[in-house]
Amino acid sequence: MGDPFNASSPIYLQLCERIKNKMVRGEIRPGDRLPSVRDFAIDSGVNPNTVQHAYRALEETGIVEKRRGQGTFVTEDREILQRMRSGLRSRHISAFVQEMSAMGCSEAEMLEGIRQFFKTKGEQL
Amino acid sequence: MIQLENVSKRYLTKKALNAVSLQIEPGHIIGLIGSNGSGKSTTLKLIAGLIQPTAGTVLVDGRIATRRICDKVAYLSELDSYYSFFTVNQMVDFYAQTFRDFDRKKAKNMLDFMKLNGTQKVKHLSKGNRGRLKIVVTLSRNVPFVLMDEPLSGLDPIVRRSIVKSLISFIDLGKQTVILTTHELQEIEPLLDQVILIKNGGILAQENVDDLRSRENLSLTDWMVKHYGE
Repeated sequence: MGDPFNASSPIYLQLCERIKNKMVRGEIRPGDRLPSVRDFAIDSGVNPNTVQHAYRALEETGIVEKRRGQGTFVTEDREILQRMRSGLRSRHISAFVQEMSAMGCSEAEMLEGIRQFFKTKGEQL
Repeated sequence: MIQLENVSKRYLTKKALNAVSLQIEPGHIIGLIGSNGSGKSTTLKLIAGLIQPTAGTVLVDGRIATRRICDKVAYLSELDSYYSFFTVNQMVDFYAQTFRDFDRKKAKNMLDFMKLNGTQKVKHLSKGNRGRLKIVVTLSRNVPFVLMDEPLSGLDPIVRRSIVKSLISFIDLGKQTVILTTHELQEIEPLLDQVILIKNGGILAQENVDDLRSRENLSLTDWMVKHYGE
């Protein structure tokens, strides 16, 4: 069974995030077929209706497309994928900056912190 | 579709359900949640036609739920009810003879999936394996409605997980609807797409789980606690 879900956000959105993250990491590539709703549901321990909902949501953004009788495929439109990637990146950055600001860090401190981080721990990533 | 219209149920002097009206659409896995004694088991038994309402009507696909509704409804009791001298295979045979819709092939697949040994006597099974066997015989019926009263209670996390997985694998939501009661909310939450919250014999809310999460920012457990006001 898959990883646990966090409590507050809808499960279908968390499924979308997981799929997008896999795309960004290259585990799912443009033109790949996504697992069937049923297989994905069994794999992640989730209601098949919820998986369906997630696939539909991804389809609406154009990231995946449904082909009749064949399944759901990742788009081969690089532009859409690029947009998704930069969207994901700016979301993570803004979450990071918000957290750091809440701790009272200035921009310079953040940048310095990141530089420091890569110097010491960067190679482990 | 399942409809309860103004249903009350009284056991002697104790009121178990109080003028409940409810509609359950097919194709979902629905959690019936609430504290002990809130009326969950009574609701399931009414839908299964095992007990009759004191007032009001219970309809399953338009038919009044009497004992004969069992051709549409599979019911898993929270009690252990079987002949303990049976072997696992004999229990499957017994169900196959009792219910015309019983799918032997599915039962065989599920026994393998659950790693149950067909020649073992039911009374020699561990509690976890008895829990699994109950699931096997219930889910092997090709019926539109599957009711499960506390399918996970008293079982260890590994057994609970295998049961959750088997539910997803062996239920066909295109044709089937599942209603289950549970206190193991955290584990079962990803499996549910709807919840019905019940308290003191009345329905507090009926919700789509993901809508609930996006609107209230709460997990099911927190939502239930909030409604129970504790």
